[in-house]
Amino acid sequence: MSSTEPRRTALDALHRSLGATMTDFAGWDMPLRYGSERDEHNAVRTKAGLFDLSHMGEITVTGPGAAALLDFALVGNIGGVKPGRARYTMICREDGGILDDLIVYRLGETEAESSHYMVVANASNAQTVLDALVERSAGFDAEVRDDRDAYALLAVQGPESPAILASLTDADLDGLKYYAGLPGTVAGVPALIARTGYTGEDGFELFVKPEHAVELWQALTKAGEGAGLVPCGLSCRDTLRLEAGMPLYGNELSTALTPFDAGLGRVVKFEKEGDFVGRAALAEAAERAAARPPRVLVGLVAEGRRVPRAGYAVVAGGEVIGEVTSGAPSPTLGKPIAMAYVDPAHAAPGAEGVGVDIRGSHEPYEVVALPFYKRRK
Amino acid sequence: MSNPTQLRYSKEHEWLSAAEDGVSTVGITEHAANALGDVVFVQLPEVGDSVTAGETCGELESTKSVSDLYSPVGGEITEINEDVVNDPSLVNSAPFEGGWLFKVRVTDEPADLLTAAEYDAEIAG
Repeated sequence: MSSTEPRRTALDALHRSLGATMTDFAGWDMPLRYGSERDEHNAVRTKAGLFDLSHMGEITVTGPGAAALLDFALVGNIGGVKPGRARYTMICREDGGILDDLIVYRLGETEAESSHYMVVANASNAQTVLDALVERSAGFDAEVRDDRDAYALLAVQGPESPAILASLTDADLDGLKYYAGLPGTVAGVPALIARTGYTGEDGFELFVKPEHAVELWQALTKAGEGAGLVPCGLSCRDTLRLEAGMPLYGNELSTALTPFDAGLGRVVKFEKEGDFVGRAALAEAAERAAARPPRVLVGLVAEGRRVPRAGYAVVAGGEVIGEVTSGAPSPTLGKPIAMAYVDPAHAAPGAEGVGVDIRGSHEPYEVVALPFYKRRK
Repeated sequence: MSNPTQLRYSKEHEWLSAAEDGVSTVGITEHAANALGDVVFVQLPEVGDSVTAGETCGELESTKSVSDLYSPVGGEITEINEDVVNDPSLVNSAPFEGGWLFKVRVTDEPADLLTAAEYDAEIAG
């Protein structure tokens, strides 16, 4: 019984008091939505939303060899990340298959503190990533620490989020760029303040000690009251990231694909010094992708109202030419949208005669370039 | 949430009104609507279609999933709710009223439809 008991975040009681519909996500009991997921989605696009993302997996890597370890273990150039900045990257297997996509934060502002990194993995892959980093750390002067229970993670996302957060902190938010993080104090609570997110909007992610999570949530809620901030669940997080064209591990990314198959070959930095796990296989994958382009990740926009779902076939001329990886009704576009891997011959925006097999009926879809939605800066 | 006592219920979470001139109205319960989340698309049977008790006769799509719609009774469809086709959010906002789905001339009514109290117990369990 205890082994199947879901994990609960520090905000669990608060979610229940707000009437959240909870869902199992990677073994965690997480808020799916508090009310209407469409209203939550629209709040993030136009005002602000507050998320509990404490299921994300934090792994700390420290020591003189921390950068060298991460350069060996991950596909990105981590040594090149400046203190206070963050990088989107991936961890691959020796055969090039994607184990997870990650954000790596380089913490610390001084040289002395600067070999301190936080790797944030997807909840579903956190154990795998941790195990791989520990295994790959052999021979490096670095320590890999499981910090999953050391942090709660709250995100405030949306155009009003800078003003809301600014009312609770003296930290220099104007100087905090996208994909940067700095230690600070928010509502009296020590926090790592990162300008990251997964919504396609401006916003912040706040890593705090679990015992401070409720206090911070309540302070953010109060500060956001007049600005239209609402609590948001994972359901709208999924439609927000889908509109923004951001991949989700398990949907667009898997061990069966290399970053080149996923159209994300740019995250693989062959030019960095030294060997890294998967280098040889990824070099082959890059050549293969150049010589014989694999299926391309595209956007699909429905002409009708039926919603494509992950796993549905993409068709053209009676042939299966691809597969939907994520699909949902888009609140912003007012139509169903999907991401799908399709054969290159049908991947150009506006490609003729493309449809999705929705439970036996071929519904017409327009092929578009990703993302579906891009915020105005 | 309270399930209206004048309705009867199926275990598939449809409600059925008392027949007027042999015609009953069918919808899904508030419990089902809440479980689905925002309904974005409904596909209903057509007027004149025959439906069979306990068999699928349409579908409801929400943000996260697609669910079959079952008819709680057998009979012939006499009317569908065009308002809910145009604005599926009525299923969420007024599941027992403006969010009704179709009307059916009942020819076959299963004996195991639930009273409101029985349905309350069903969804509490």
